[in-house]
Amino acid sequence: MGEDLKHLKILKQGAEARLYVCNYLGRPTLIKERFTKKYRHPDLDTVITKDRIKNEARSIVRCKTANIRTPTLYLVDFDRRRIYMEYLENSKTVKDFIKNLSNVENSCIIEQIKILAKLIGESIRKLHENNIIHGDLTTSNMLLVPKNENEEINWLEVDKLDLVMIDFGLSFIDSSTEDKAVDLYVLERAVESTDVPHLEVFHDILEAYQNFSENNTKELINKYREVSARGRKRTMVG
Amino acid sequence: MVIAIGFEGSANKLGIGIVKDEEILANCRRTYITPPGEGFMPRETAKHHSENIHELLQEALDQSGITPQEIDVVCYTKGPGMGAPLMVCAIVARTCAKLWKKPIYGVNHCVGHIEMGRLITKAKNPTVLYVSGGNTQIIAYSRKKYKIFGETIDIAVGNCLDRFARVLKLSNDPSPGYNIEQAAKKGKKYLNLPYCVKGMDVSFSGILSYMEDKIDELLKEYTPEDLCYSLQETIFAMLVEITERAMAHCGSDEVLIVGGVGCNERLQEMMGVMCSERGAKIFATDERFCIDNGVMIAYAGALAFKAGSRMSFEASTITQRYRTDDVWVTWRDD
Ligand SMILES: Nc1ncnc2c1ncn2[C@@H]1O[C@H](COP(=O)(O)OP(=O)(O)O)[C@@H](O)[C@H]1O
Ligand SMILES: [Mg+2]
Repeated sequence: MGEDLKHLKILKQGAEARLYVCNYLGRPTLIKERFTKKYRHPDLDTVITKDRIKNEARSIVRCKTANIRTPTLYLVDFDRRRIYMEYLENSKTVKDFIKNLSNVENSCIIEQIKILAKLIGESIRKLHENNIIHGDLTTSNMLLVPKNENEEINWLEVDKLDLVMIDFGLSFIDSSTEDKAVDLYVLERAVESTDVPHLEVFHDILEAYQNFSENNTKELINKYREVSARGRKRTMVG
Repeated sequence: MVIAIGFEGSANKLGIGIVKDEEILANCRRTYITPPGEGFMPRETAKHHSENIHELLQEALDQSGITPQEIDVVCYTKGPGMGAPLMVCAIVARTCAKLWKKPIYGVNHCVGHIEMGRLITKAKNPTVLYVSGGNTQIIAYSRKKYKIFGETIDIAVGNCLDRFARVLKLSNDPSPGYNIEQAAKKGKKYLNLPYCVKGMDVSFSGILSYMEDKIDELLKEYTPEDLCYSLQETIFAMLVEITERAMAHCGSDEVLIVGGVGCNERLQEMMGVMCSERGAKIFATDERFCIDNGVMIAYAGALAFKAGSRMSFEASTITQRYRTDDVWVTWRDD
């Protein structure tokens, strides 16, 4: 941890970074610090960390241009291995949202998840239309925020929420169908391993992905099926 | 109380183990070792197993001090693994079951590793890194399934190590991975290698072909020890990274490393450092339990048997492909 962050509380320790909340130029700000990983060789650590910060900053900016919602980027500090970005205080990860939803007695859970699936499918399609490959599409890396800041939030109604993509450290820019197909396959596996009370959720995501724009996705979907079949058929020797 | 015997032979290790509940009564093993530069093939491996299995069975029974009549269930590895070697153990297990008039039970090899690891280390609900010659998976338990969160998208980490050992013509005795580990300890100069992580998945084929293609050139500048060192540092960093990603995703604070590559001390050390940086705990075992053995099959079979799972004699077949998440975990209620 950087000395200057000692007084801040750690919001979370994510998959590769520690996250702190502070106030930067009057705005609630999240500091994402990719601290030195002592388990790996220093040369490797430096290369990886630089890469990830670069990827994250680049993709956030690219999303802004493409009108895809992400936290706003405030500052990149390579020396201290940090990115400063907008802190979405009123947010829930999709993972926590689903968990929360599963805990309430409600007959329209499936309906809500279907709407959520559509939201996810469309957002990913937007990323891919702009050749942004996320690289780590999981339910922890998507946030839900209220559409209308001033309204009382009801965390059970997806209509009133927006989806925000985060964690672009493993992202890259590519136009190939293979990379987009792998991105979808990573998401499928992440969804499968989360306990979603609606089994066809990935099917719904894929459908929304396909229907979102006029451009033909036939080749891409075929590629996705190929990647997915390859994964499932992988021989496993003891 | 359940006494179970387990036959394991899905790869080049032949193991027979006997357990009485959580107590290990016998753990016997023979390894088929090939000459330097050569890997093990199904036919020869099966031959090795069939030549050794009767003697090993006698050894296990002697070591345990029990008689076949005391055994409650005969367990064997149903898969995944190489067909012919799996078949040798299945046939002997079926014969014993008939001869001794005992029920038979086929066990998933990967689940065997996980349950053995949980038994030895007392880890309760860990994120599991399963690393062996044929497998690389990140697994976590949820609602009666061991779910696969991440895995290799091409070759297994152990396969990558073994094949690199062949490139360097290192000995296969006791195992190529062990000899790479020893060589790596003397390595000093670090070579930057391709690093490939996709979410919670990894890929090793790029690194291996890079090393294979450039080996003559590399050996002019680096010693074989340097290369072993650099290879280990790179691929283990990838494994630790995806393990950490899965832990963050699942909110888990325990890691259990199982499988043959899991006894590599450098991997354990790196994982330990990662854990201490996030307030988590690491669990690992030594070569007696990490490397394929019969105890893990006996123990996992006994757990299922105690929970009421049964297998008909007709169903006691083998299968080369058998995913970890295909098993219904009847013995866990959490
Ligand atoms: N801008 C943000 N506003 C609010 N919460 C955030 C924001 N960015 C990340 N988080 C929270 O922190 C967690 C980890 O952040 P993430 O960027 O995914 O880091 P890591 O790469 O370490 O996983 C997220 O899953 C989310 O819960
Ligand atoms: Mg994340």
